[in-house]
Amino acid sequence: MTVVADVLDLDAALEQFDPVMGLEVHVELNTKSKMFCGCPTEFGAPPNTQTCPVCLGLPGALPVVNVRAVESAIKIGLALNCEIAEWCRFARKNYFYPDMPKNFQTSQYDEPIAFNGWTEVVVDGETYRIEIERAHMEEDTGKSTHVGGATGRIHGASHSLVDYNRAGIPLIEIVTKTIEVPPAKAAAVARAYVSMLRDLLLALDVSDVRMDQGSLRCDANLSLKPRGSSVLGTRTETKNVNSFRSVERAITYEITRQAAVLVAGGKILQETRHWHEDTGITTSGREKSDADDYRYFPEPDLVPVAPSREWVEEIRATLPEAPPVRRARLQTEWGFTDLEMRDVINGGALELILRTVDLGVGAAAAKKWWLGELARAANESGKELGDLGVGPAEVFEVQKLVDSNALNDKLARQVFDGLVKGEGTVAAIIESRGLALVSDDSALSEAVDRAIAANPDVVEKVQSGKPAAAGALIGAVMKDMRGQADAAKVRELVNTKLGI
Amino acid sequence: MSDLTRKTAVELSELMAGGEASSVEITQAHLDRIAAVDTSVHAFLHVDAEGALAQAADVDTRRAAGERLGPLAGVPLALKDVLTQDGVPTTAGSKILEGWKPPYDSTVVKRLKAAGIVILGKTNMDEFAMGSSTENSAYGTTHNPWDLGRIPGGSGGGSSAAISAYEAPLAIGTDTGGSIRQPAAFTGTVGVKPTYGGTSRYGLIALASSLDTPGPCARTTLDAALLHEVIAGYDPMDSTSIDQAVPPVVEAARRGDVSGLRIGVVRELGGEGYQPGVEARFREAVELLTKLGAEVVEVSCPHFQYALPAYYLILPSEASSNLAKFDAMRFGLRVGDDGNNDAEKVMSLTREAGFGDEVKRRIMLGTHALSSGYYDAYYGQAQKVRTLIARDFARAYEQVDVLVSPATPTTAFAIGDRIDDPIAMYKNDLCTIPSNLAGNAAASFPCGLADEDGLPVGFHVMAPVMRDELLYQVGSALETALTEQWGGVLMSKVPELEVTR
Repeated sequence: MTVVADVLDLDAALEQFDPVMGLEVHVELNTKSKMFCGCPTEFGAPPNTQTCPVCLGLPGALPVVNVRAVESAIKIGLALNCEIAEWCRFARKNYFYPDMPKNFQTSQYDEPIAFNGWTEVVVDGETYRIEIERAHMEEDTGKSTHVGGATGRIHGASHSLVDYNRAGIPLIEIVTKTIEVPPAKAAAVARAYVSMLRDLLLALDVSDVRMDQGSLRCDANLSLKPRGSSVLGTRTETKNVNSFRSVERAITYEITRQAAVLVAGGKILQETRHWHEDTGITTSGREKSDADDYRYFPEPDLVPVAPSREWVEEIRATLPEAPPVRRARLQTEWGFTDLEMRDVINGGALELILRTVDLGVGAAAAKKWWLGELARAANESGKELGDLGVGPAEVFEVQKLVDSNALNDKLARQVFDGLVKGEGTVAAIIESRGLALVSDDSALSEAVDRAIAANPDVVEKVQSGKPAAAGALIGAVMKDMRGQADAAKVRELVNTKLGI
Repeated sequence: MSDLTRKTAVELSELMAGGEASSVEITQAHLDRIAAVDTSVHAFLHVDAEGALAQAADVDTRRAAGERLGPLAGVPLALKDVLTQDGVPTTAGSKILEGWKPPYDSTVVKRLKAAGIVILGKTNMDEFAMGSSTENSAYGTTHNPWDLGRIPGGSGGGSSAAISAYEAPLAIGTDTGGSIRQPAAFTGTVGVKPTYGGTSRYGLIALASSLDTPGPCARTTLDAALLHEVIAGYDPMDSTSIDQAVPPVVEAARRGDVSGLRIGVVRELGGEGYQPGVEARFREAVELLTKLGAEVVEVSCPHFQYALPAYYLILPSEASSNLAKFDAMRFGLRVGDDGNNDAEKVMSLTREAGFGDEVKRRIMLGTHALSSGYYDAYYGQAQKVRTLIARDFARAYEQVDVLVSPATPTTAFAIGDRIDDPIAMYKNDLCTIPSNLAGNAAASFPCGLADEDGLPVGFHVMAPVMRDELLYQVGSALETALTEQWGGVLMSKVPELEVTR
């Protein structure tokens, strides 16, 4: 592992430099078939089982554009307030790499399907506008696995395996213009932007946006400009930033690393850097130079994409409401305060809560679980809230049991713990952990009798006109039942038996 | 039964329909002919005797069962080795694909099979269709049946030689700058480049995607039209395919009437550099068409003079990218995979060993032409020329229905004559290239033998996009008149090949 580079303290770095930042986000679309052929796009199939002559780049095979992918691209473009091209083409980006079947990537170059857009994100109650340069269509490459090396990277590997199932999966690359925000907010805004994109893409139903499966990948371009200077610094492109948290951390790290290099009188190299989730640093990848020449030219195997204005308007009419409008509406519907809503958004829980509420759970309860127990579990495991293995359906199931007094909050937390640890379904966890509330009246009744018999002084107090003292009896019963009793029911039994 | 290999496809079809010959007999006769003469002609790279006989037997069974079959069902065909056929070796004339068996049928092959056409085997060609003589094939040169010391044209020399050596009545070629028409001219056969997008490129190993066009080769105009009708038509697997009805080519070939047809002789395609015998036969053919009632005028296409340089920028540019997939990773040749070389080195060693000189030359030219800083001056400029050429055609078609010229400036040249002079080789395609750049339909029909060398001359006809039937109208009229004049088809003058036993 590379030696950790010296970094400057973030505050010190921001005192001297302004970060200049741009983000490129690759989104895998959830179309049923690939960008240029009919192969399925399902994740996790055995290697090289979802391939055909087209996506393997066999001699003679030809691409055909997936209209659904174009539709998704237009949706994304419209949702980001972009102009939609009346006529645009694919181009070939030529370079050799074993996981690229044709040794060129069919992508869009100077004629993107969507361009000149904008969007907004909210950080700490402040709204920031982000300008969108373009959103264009392209195809994914295959996936290389390097075998035999210590680190799983190509260096030191004895051989590599390529899975072409991923080759040809439709991708949309969304590129921002330079993001101009107060320096101290840069990393947080970047995170909020990616998080907002995820919510947007889910709402548009164009991608599964599973960051753990690589269906949303972020590259962060960053350079530093000495405070007060108008001269741009040399930028690095940090790749492989695959969670919201990482976006924030990687940008913070690059700011502090570049600042340290510059302060020490060094030069920033124009290069690709790799983000390491485990160590929280970036390391140098391939050096980029202006000599990189992809020899782009219009893809002669495809005809231009010319979406009619009627079609674009039809698609626009199907778009869900804009995120800020939607957030305001949901806040009203859910009765959350501004502060609560901010926590929901910053916690990346908006879509999860919405889907949970849609299943029939009260907004307050949904928020309680997602921002409480589940947020804590996500934080502990370093996972995204949506990737815990607990979804709205499970939250609904647990809350239903709470509502019917089959579980209480304390037991429910244990169920969630079991779900996060992969112990099975809600029912299976309740069974295996023995978490059901005792609803057997005779068992409860006996426990109450035991408590009354064991605490004659408390009984005395209650019967002499101090009903609040009954709490001690209830506590004793709950302890006896190891918490698996409905406290309200126990109170009712105690009261009946003591005649109050 | 007289020699089945001397029959046209139409005649063979009639024999089968009348129960006078079976497809198996016909196929076997052609396989025998291949066995007898192909050692001296070398038209075929692979003969699929077993597959062909099985296909023939299947057609015979279906015919016997009373199934209604297409007009060419049971007729054998030679397939240019640039189109994939499921399970049959396909090399595109290159070492880099030696031994590769594609796992899928090209659309052309699918349609041939659906029509019951029997595929005898794969024919020789210049490597990746880069050449005009088959001398760039990695598997040896094909010989012209009219004179075995001469080349049969290229890149589809194998297909044209196969039909002129009576090894097959029909063949498929592909035409990027003249690869169907120039070999047809050199072998006294009919070769048609349909409108670009009129025939599917799916399964055609790409040379230059925006130019490549599969098309029919035959000994008569009607045979070519029937084959054209089988392979043409919209294909959803090819985005550049035209979603329109196939032009009425068979009807046009049967009618063969040119009265009132306006024919334009292209001024720029003649004169200096053209062999006198070629020009003489061409002029006579034009006069003949005039006699048959066509209105002939001279037209000018001033930008045709830039076609060759534009073509040699566009073609290598697209080819350099199309040929990138030959990298030893998934199919074909692999060199240097000995555990010491990384993937990049293996790619490089394989391409070094697997590609021939002409292929490397064009990859380098194309890579250069697309490089940043050169793109506008080369590729961009060439595309502008392309637009100007298309405008020349459009303007000409306002005055006339079809354009005509000699198919080639000269007749077939001797093996080895031009192989060391790429420019001389490239000039073969002066007359044919403009139609590829504009995407027009074009064809070469035999119009006689040049006086000085007794070799065939091709009459070149060009028609607007999706007006392919006009080619057949002219070709058929010419064929009928010339056959009458000669007392037989031109092909009957081809020398008897020495049959090896």
